[in-house]
Amino acid sequence: MAASTMAVPQADVPLSANLKGKVGMWCLITAESSIFLIFVVAYLYYAGKSISGPTPAQVLDIPYFASICLFASSGTIMLAEKALHRGNVKRFGLFWFLTLALGVIFLFKTGAEWYRLIYHEGLTISTNLFGTTYYSLVGLHAFHVTVGAIGLTTILLFTLFGAVKQEHAERISVFGMYWHFVDAIWVVVLSVVYFITR
Amino acid sequence: MAEAQPIVPPLVIPQEREGSRPFVQVLHDWIVTVDHKRLGIMYFSYGILALVIGGIEASIMRAQLAVANNNLVSPEVFNQLFTMHGTTMIFFAAMPIVFGIANYLTPLMIGARDMAFPRLNAWGFWMTAFGGIILYFSFVGGFGLYGAGSAPDVGWFAYAPLTSPAFSVGHSTDYWTIGLLISGFGSIATGLNIMTTVLCMRGPGMKLNRMPMLVWLNSVMAFLILVAIGPLTAAQLMLLIDRFLGGHFFDTQAGGSAVIWMHFFWIFGHPEVYILVLPAFGILSEVIPVFSRKPIFGYNIMVAATVAIGFISLSVWAHHMFTVGMTSYANAFFVASTSAIAVPTGIKIFNWVGTMWGGKITFTTAMLFSVAAVAQMLIAGLTGIMLAAAPFDWQLGNSYFVIAHFHYVILGVIVFGVFSAAYYWYPKVTGRMMSETLGKWHFWLFLIGFHMTFDFMHIPGLLGMPRRIYTYEASRGWQTWNTIVSIGVIFQALAVLIWVFNATKSYFRGKIAGSDPWDAWTLEWSTSSPPPDYNFAELPVVRSRRPLWDLKHPEDPDWKYE
Repeated sequence: MAASTMAVPQADVPLSANLKGKVGMWCLITAESSIFLIFVVAYLYYAGKSISGPTPAQVLDIPYFASICLFASSGTIMLAEKALHRGNVKRFGLFWFLTLALGVIFLFKTGAEWYRLIYHEGLTISTNLFGTTYYSLVGLHAFHVTVGAIGLTTILLFTLFGAVKQEHAERISVFGMYWHFVDAIWVVVLSVVYFITR
Repeated sequence: MAEAQPIVPPLVIPQEREGSRPFVQVLHDWIVTVDHKRLGIMYFSYGILALVIGGIEASIMRAQLAVANNNLVSPEVFNQLFTMHGTTMIFFAAMPIVFGIANYLTPLMIGARDMAFPRLNAWGFWMTAFGGIILYFSFVGGFGLYGAGSAPDVGWFAYAPLTSPAFSVGHSTDYWTIGLLISGFGSIATGLNIMTTVLCMRGPGMKLNRMPMLVWLNSVMAFLILVAIGPLTAAQLMLLIDRFLGGHFFDTQAGGSAVIWMHFFWIFGHPEVYILVLPAFGILSEVIPVFSRKPIFGYNIMVAATVAIGFISLSVWAHHMFTVGMTSYANAFFVASTSAIAVPTGIKIFNWVGTMWGGKITFTTAMLFSVAAVAQMLIAGLTGIMLAAAPFDWQLGNSYFVIAHFHYVILGVIVFGVFSAAYYWYPKVTGRMMSETLGKWHFWLFLIGFHMTFDFMHIPGLLGMPRRIYTYEASRGWQTWNTIVSIGVIFQALAVLIWVFNATKSYFRGKIAGSDPWDAWTLEWSTSSPPPDYNFAELPVVRSRRPLWDLKHPEDPDWKYE
């Protein structure tokens, strides 16, 4: 039998293969969210159940500055994406660098807070349930920020060597989705750890 | 009924035969491959290897339990056997096998040339493979190589506090944890890949409501992987934090909870059952219509039932925990949700029967396995409903009745479905037919063995035999039943050997299959057998759910009626 020669109506063409990066990232975000969900549930379930101190109210300070930095980085990465979309690679590089800088400030502030908690407040991951759940939830998030920062650095280096061009805007925005996700998770972690249970 | 020529003629690119190239080069090509068909075959073969290993572990346990007061293996070894058997079968046999089938067939069925992310696909396979190797390395490395090795012995769901450093000395539990963690990353990658492939890579005209049922079921499976593997990953990370960093997640001495491990594990564990069984349902939904010569009965409602199962399966996990003691509200909720999932499953059984009803049924080996799977799903579902009732479960939870129930699902439906798929798609993968005579021997021996083992396993459960005991006293009245159960294993092992022999022999001597030996209707049969590297020379255009029917019967195409 001969090959079919039936015409394809335009509406029958499925989702474009160009979208596969975004769909794949959404799938990854779904999977990551379920991991975070379990850590958040554990944190909430064990809140106030530690049988020894210190308690969150005694040692935790709300990280205003670090949070503002991280949330601002979502804005700068959006501006960077927009610049690349329009073909302005220099502007893209500038905002991309700002994003990375804000992310690194966040990580530095997290590190400083952990240093204070461990050396001045005597709270480690094995001190009590609060320590176990706190370091693992905040640590899991910080780990994701670190992975994001490594990605940002890689793309920044590519930009500096002139390898990033306008046609990469779509791929760059797939990475941007990951960074937005990491910021969105911080909204949850910040609310749960520093506001709801403190 | 076989046509020698593919319906869409393939591009002719002269290829050297595999055998004419040096072995090292062939091996290299397989290891570095990113082709979905090769990875599918690798996944499937890896799963079959694990199935044989897990089967040997099961056989040793059945030999130990065949008679009362047996001393074939020590209690310690018995604990390791059931842990390794469960873990191997779920994570390194069943999952790779269904992933293999999904990998091989999804792009072919939707008219694509490969998966959405071929390299990620290869990464996922190798993660799964290394996870299994780490698990089995525990046999030599369990005590860090200083003493004798030991396999994990905490059960496949590894309840706390048995896994705490105090009760699980050495590193066997860590190999279990890390092995599953790593294979879990591979599973998430594969789930992501299948989902993206289905959403973005469909060929021209392949709308969602024209996709073959297997693709639909695989995409719901992919969704379940994305939401259900995460909890397992999280729980394993917590266990690692407890064991290596002195955390207290599951440490009751410091206010932690052992029960929350159960919740976290089963939030993964119950959707996992559906991750495994949905692809089997998909296989039945492909095989039964073709050999009944009718389109599937109630396509839309089958899809709706699948999606319903996917969602409900996320809310039934604590029926594994009735015996733990929960509040009456929690009990009532999980009884209701577990009973509710029987409704879409019942719809599926009804529709398979409806597909066969009035059809011209041909009982090939593939069809026999599928029909048996439908019947066995009914029985497994009925014992499932019994166990869903909390008071009944209080009596029989953790007894051999439960073991019989879930093996009925896993062997009676999933393994039967996989065998059905193996006979149905073997011609497509290898280009040759499997022997039907040997296939019938395989089917009947396996059917007899399966029913001897798992029908009779219900009875010692009802008589009060708990799971995971390494022996029992003769005065309990369990021995006769256990002996019958163990004899069934011999039949099953023989049947699997016949299958492996059949597959090997047919690879070299089987009848040449042609592109479409079953006169089937889905796109994979429109290309040559085995399919060329690029799958389709010309992307096929789809106008109905049975594109090949339309091509073969231009005078009476399906798209006029859908």
